Formats: sequence, C-alpha cells, structure tokens
Amino acid sequence: MFDIIIVGAGTAGMSAAIYARRSGKSVLMLEKTSYGGQIISTPEVVNYPGIKNISGFDFATGLYEQALALDADLSYTHVIGIQKGCPEDPEGFTVLTSTEELSCRAVILATGAKNRPLGLQGEQDLIGSGISYCATCDGGFYRKKVVAVNGGGNTALEDAMYLSNLCNHVYLIHRRDTFRGEAALSEALAAKENVTFILNSEITALIPTYGSDIPGTNIRRTTLSSIFIRNRVTGEETALNVDGLFIAIGQMPDNTAFSSLVNIDEKGYIIAGENCLTNVPGIFAAGDCRTKEVRQLTTAAADGAVSATAACAYIDRNGR
Amino acid sequence: MAVITVTAENFEEEVLNSKVPVLVDFWASWCGYCRMLAPLVEQVSEEVTDAKFCKLDTDNDPDLADKYDVNSLPTLLVFKNGELVDRSIGFVQKDQIAALVK
Ligand SMILES: Cc1cc2nc3c(=O)[nH]c(=O)nc-3n(C[C@H](O)[C@H](O)[C@H](O)COP(=O)(O)OP(=O)(O)OC[C@H]3O[C@@H](n4cnc5c(N)ncnc54)[C@H](O)[C@@H]3O)c2cc1C
Repeated sequence: MFDIIIVGAGTAGMSAAIYARRSGKSVLMLEKTSYGGQIISTPEVVNYPGIKNISGFDFATGLYEQALALDADLSYTHVIGIQKGCPEDPEGFTVLTSTEELSCRAVILATGAKNRPLGLQGEQDLIGSGISYCATCDGGFYRKKVVAVNGGGNTALEDAMYLSNLCNHVYLIHRRDTFRGEAALSEALAAKENVTFILNSEITALIPTYGSDIPGTNIRRTTLSSIFIRNRVTGEETALNVDGLFIAIGQMPDNTAFSSLVNIDEKGYIIAGENCLTNVPGIFAAGDCRTKEVRQLTTAAADGAVSATAACAYIDRNGR
Repeated sequence: MAVITVTAENFEEEVLNSKVPVLVDFWASWCGYCRMLAPLVEQVSEEVTDAKFCKLDTDNDPDLADKYDVNSLPTLLVFKNGELVDRSIGFVQKDQIAALVK
C-alpha cells in the first residue's frame, strides 16, 4: 500500500512526487504515455522563473530524475478509475488501472490536458499522416505543400505564420468572422500572399486517399487528401485539397474516469481551488486538470507543492 | 546490438540489403519525444538479437523522410527483405517497439 498515488507524471505530478517524498511519504506515479506530459514537444521554454531557456524535454527530464532520485516510483499504466476504500483500509482508496488494482491513503489527480481533437471520423488514424496538432514539430515535413490550419486563437495564428514561411499555401479556417488571437498577427497574415482566410467555417469531414503508393516499396498508405468545409452562414459545403491539416483549437482535460467520485465542471475540469482540494477528502487535484485561470508550468509545479503538502497533512491528521 | 546510424549513403546497404528485419528510428534533435524514445530503442536493440536497429536524423536526410512519407516524429519504420512492412508514429513503450520487429 502506498501513502500517495499520483495519476499523471507531468509537471504537476512530478512536482507533487518531489514534495511528498521529501515529507517521507511513499509515492507511486502512474503515467499512461511518457513522463513529462504536454511540455515534452516544446523546443524552448523561456518563461519558467529561474531558468532562462530550456527545452521541454530537458525540463521534464530534470524533474523526472529529481523525483526518481528521491525514490518516488513510476509505473506506466492507464488509470481507469478510483474507488473509495481499499482492502487494507476502508478510509483509503483503490486506484484501478488497465491491469491491476492499487491501494493508497491519498490520491493526487494530475492528469493535465491534451490537444482538443475535431472529433471527426478518421481523425485518430490520420495523425502523422496528414493531421497534426503541432506546427513547429511537423511543419518541416510539409515544405512546399498545401496545408490548412484550424482555429482562431494565438496558437492557430502563430501556426499559420510559421507554416506560411515553409508551405506553398496556407488556409486558415476559423468558425467565427474574427480571430481571438492578437490583431497584429492576423493583420500580418492577411498581408501574406500565400495565406487565405476561410472564416465562419467549420471542417465537417476528413477525406483520406487509400493506397497511395510509397515509391520503392509495396506499401500502400492512407493519408489525408482533402477536407470538407461548411460555411456556417450560407450552409454551403465545399471540398478543399490539402496535404496537411494542423488543428489548433485548444486543449481539453480528460477526467471522465473520475467523474463518479470527484466533481467536474461543464468543461471537464476537476473543481478545485488554489488549495487543490476536491469535494472528496483525500483526493487532490493539481495542474492543468483542475479549474484555474493560468495553465502554465509554474502553476502546475506550484500545485504539485500545494497538493502534496495537503495530502501529507491529510494522511498525518488521520493518524495513518 | 547497438543502434546503427544510417544516412542516405549507407541506407541501402544497412537497411534495404539486410538479411534480418530492420527497425529504423526517424528522429531529430529538436523532437522531445524522439529523445524520449531513443533510449528505449537502444534497450530493445540489446534484448532483441534477431533484428537490426538503426536511427536516421531527418534533418540530415529530409529526402529519405520524404521518400517514406514520414511527416511526424518520432516514426519507426520496419523493413524486411528491403521492403517497408510496418510503421509506428509517435512515442511508444518498449514492448511495442519489440513487437514491431517480431
Ligand atoms: C505546445 C505547448 C507549449 C507550451 N509552452 C509552455 C511554456 O513555454 N511555458 C509554460 O509555462 N507552459 C507551457 N505550456 C503549458 C504547460 O505545458 C502545461 O501548463 C503543463 O504541462 C501542465 O502540467 P500538468 O502536469 O498539469 O499536465 P500535463 O503536462 O498535461 O501532464 C499530465 C500527464 O498525465 C497523464 N495522464 C492523463 N490522464 C491519465 C490517466 N488516466 N492515467 C495515467 N496517466 C494519465 C498524461 O499522459 C500526462 O503525461 C505549453 C503547452 C503546450 C501544449
């Protein structure tokens, strides 16, 4: 039985592990993908206080090594639920993973957020084959090609600008008639010859090509070939040929596995304030997964400290 | 076996002409998940002895990435008898890497 199980080994989860281990509690982090969370694919972090410039990978690896040096445990598995009570202690918790049931005295949920998908048929299968959520990561592979960017915030505008310097043409598709992102950026884009705005429009279908031959091989591969766009004002639907689609419509949490126990808001974030307390004593929420104003590394790390301290106090208070 | 660095120069010899299945890790230095995956490929290459493990820096050889339609990193390609037979896109755990060359 562990004192604390932390769900998610991103910045919040690993920071919590460091604080909890330093308080002498046994800690197990459960992570479904790789340690580090969202920041891994960011080449440069320049706003973490005390560190002028660091790659997301180096930042996350530093946290990981620090947590492991303090003897925190990490196991790669998907957490699919939590139940009140465990065989060793009716006041403890059972954490359910895809393969086992684990017991602990307190739980810290640090599940973060992920890129919001369009939710269209075939989207998951086309990731890396025409669909991308990271222009700075994958843009280089679309040099001299035709791409579309979907979204209206700063990320979408920045992605469109970045891609316009590499690609033959960039279509920027947004569901409203104005952008939420900085005006200076949208004006700079409007002035670019190889950028076309498609406003008041949403993507309704992704059309793959089946079996495009890869030269020199006998492999056939499904890639994105075009998208369908519906104008929200006129209702008109048109097809647009693109080699790539970069989706930049924000982040979203995934806390459905815990929603039977823990209160969640209408957007899916765990309801918890700066003290990281949820409606269930003994379950804490840290980082991007909880309701908050600013979702950044510093606030995730801060939540790690706050939630771990609260979890340790909870365990000590209950004399276990 | 260690992971062999391949480029346009030795791709044919190391990968296409190989008698055993070859896994090629398409990576780049700026790609965080590639740096995460590399040590796992290294570990699998020590454990699986009946396959060859290579890595290709897509910044040095964009043409090869283009040829095999690699447009997201990391991508693992598997070749058997000179033919591309499987592909895995994104970060994966060790057991999934090993399963690719089984
Ligand atoms: C492209 C991009 C660039 C950014 N740049 C910056 C920046 O420059 N500076 C900055 O301060 N912030 C930046 N951010 C924001 C920052 O990355 C987040 O605020 C931070 O990662 C939040 O950390 P977290 O630990 O709460 O969540 P995450 O980083 O999302 O980590 C959550 C972890 O939990 C795991 N998980 C989720 N559900 C489960 C489950 N059921 N079972 C097991 N594991 C699970 C996930 O796999 C993930 O590893 C950026 C974000 C993005 C997307």
